[in-house]
Amino acid sequence: MAKVITVTSGKGGVGKTTTTAAIGAALARTGDKVVVVDFDVGLRNLDLIMGAERRVVYDFVNVIQGDARLPQALIKDKRLDSLFLLPASQTRDKDALTEEGVDKVIDDLRRHFDWVVCDSPAGIERGATLAMRHADIAIVVTNPEVSSVRDSDRIVGILDSKTLKAERGETVDKRLLLTRYDAVRAARGDMLKIEDVLDILSLPLLGIVPESPDVLKASNFGVPVSIHDPDSVPARAYNDAARRLKGEELAVEVPKQRLGLFGKFLRRAA
Amino acid sequence: MTLWKRFFTNGSAPQARERLQILLSHERQVLGGDDLLSSLREDILAAVAKRVPCERDSVKVRLERGAPMSILEIEVEIRGNVELGLTRAA
Ligand SMILES: Nc1ncnc2c1ncn2[C@@H]1O[C@H](COP(=O)(O)OP(=O)(O)OP(=O)(O)O)[C@@H](O)[C@H]1O
Ligand SMILES: [Mg+2]
Repeated sequence: MAKVITVTSGKGGVGKTTTTAAIGAALARTGDKVVVVDFDVGLRNLDLIMGAERRVVYDFVNVIQGDARLPQALIKDKRLDSLFLLPASQTRDKDALTEEGVDKVIDDLRRHFDWVVCDSPAGIERGATLAMRHADIAIVVTNPEVSSVRDSDRIVGILDSKTLKAERGETVDKRLLLTRYDAVRAARGDMLKIEDVLDILSLPLLGIVPESPDVLKASNFGVPVSIHDPDSVPARAYNDAARRLKGEELAVEVPKQRLGLFGKFLRRAA
Repeated sequence: MTLWKRFFTNGSAPQARERLQILLSHERQVLGGDDLLSSLREDILAAVAKRVPCERDSVKVRLERGAPMSILEIEVEIRGNVELGLTRAA
């Protein structure tokens, strides 16, 4: 029943951790039981974005090494009762995550949650392949620029060959999430067009998240952007993406240029 | 952005698209599904070489990913004129 989602990209800094927190919270908001899992060993950040950094006692590696039981390491979200976090370890030993260890933890989590959302580290090394190993669904986070698109293409190839699903002859359900989309640069013609990215990567579109100061603001407060200000444009994009993951068919909205103060006032009044 | 401006500014996005299309069609061939394409290449080479002499470099396997259908393109160059009807074991 449970579904494992891996948020991945190849390229660093495109918005994976932001997306993991936002999608996790958006799914939990609908009442589903959700755990977000940080696979970025040594560079843990999901705890910060979720506002749980001061409550980390045990982590993923402690559980794998038998120093803590899984329930001891899970941190319950302050705002949403059905949202939990499994933090990454800050160890510098990149081999601390073992295949068998990860298998056991994910199998356990599958039994207790509706959604297991894995935040992949950047790159195509072990950490990234371990994060995608159990994926039923992969959210390929891509910015509309050449290097991000190239790395996403590479990740798609790896999703098709190095996952448990691939080993079983099945395919991971891959969805494209276009993030940091800048309507002003798009209008100027200096940003890859949405159609071009879709055409090049040939993946179904999960959503478009605009470049927005709301993302930074939410991260300053340690609140997933999807629940910080649910009416903000990025929050709506993430909540809609979560509804699509749950099977709803919603048309994808292309973010428009930001409205000025006056436009905003008009929209509120409407 | 007014319609006028949109009409008369030509952005850099088309360049980006073109360079990516060329690069990725090459990279998919070389790195492609990593293991899938190279193992396919080996299998095809083995099958063809059983009947006609053929070198590793002359087998090209290309995968064009797409939805709802992907295309697997296989190209094998064989030196000289192949005699039909005559099968010979390598
Ligand atoms: N839609 C957005 N609008 C504005 N800023 C964004 C957006 N998405 C992400 N960012 C910012 O980009 C930076 C990188 O985001 P994030 O940490 O989520 O990326 P990442 O892919 O997880 O990075 P890494 O590869 O290092 O793990 C952060 O400062 C974040 O606030
Ligand atoms: Mg991250």
